[in-house]
Amino acid sequence: MGGQTGFGPVPVEDDGQFFHADWEARVYAIVRVLQRRGVINAAFDDLRDAIERIPPAEYLTMSYYERWLRAAEMLLAERKLLADD
Amino acid sequence: MSGEHGELPIAARVRRLEERLIAAGLATDEELDEILERVFTSASPVNGARMVARSWKDPGYRDRLLADGNAAAAELGFGAGTRGYLLKAVENTPAVHNMIVCTLCSCYPTALLGPSPSWYKSFAYRSRAVREPRAVLAEFGLELPDSTEIRVWDANSETRYLVLPLRAEGADETDESVLASLVTRNGLIGTAIR
Repeated sequence: MGGQTGFGPVPVEDDGQFFHADWEARVYAIVRVLQRRGVINAAFDDLRDAIERIPPAEYLTMSYYERWLRAAEMLLAERKLLADD
Repeated sequence: MSGEHGELPIAARVRRLEERLIAAGLATDEELDEILERVFTSASPVNGARMVARSWKDPGYRDRLLADGNAAAAELGFGAGTRGYLLKAVENTPAVHNMIVCTLCSCYPTALLGPSPSWYKSFAYRSRAVREPRAVLAEFGLELPDSTEIRVWDANSETRYLVLPLRAEGADETDESVLASLVTRNGLIGTAIR
């Protein structure tokens, strides 16, 4: 996003909370546990890479932890680590 | 949105993913709970503030912090939370003000700074901090003289930053814990003076 224009002022207020919904906390924990298992590497590069591969039109409509969730789902699907439903 | 993902409300989608991870042996409920418990109890800007206060009191510690952030964090007991990346401390002076951004995502030393603020993750901050830092700082109420150089550090997953704010007046005569209480999370990111 560096250097792009048109996103308006910075929303400088913050409540100091980690998460704003239970599901966000669960997504965070899922990503950390996948890191522990080596599915996501320690430095986080592959999750970041997956986040960057979300098509821009979707990326821009997603919330922060929604992007994490989508990236984790992408990595798990690409590596065929979950049984099919 | 892809159909498969778009159909479930997000909380149900997350729960479904958890169940599939547990079924695949990639997670347990206990482990997920324990990870969150640890985040809530250990990651805090109070930790970064303690490192800053120590630097203000102890020039030797300041030098070690600037030379090797990870070792300096470990010295105060924050080694476990700062593993897996290079921690670099950048020092503000009357001539130079530092600020941190992660243009790609939100990389940031959570163990020392606590939860990253919503604005740190916002498109506006991520896109503009590198193009017009002075204007962004003004939105935080931080107006710096034109003569102050602003250095913007773009964090990534491997290198994360901590701003060492300007030393508080009277630091020599002030108790370290009082000094630590002067330091805010925004100060540690560089969007406030302290």
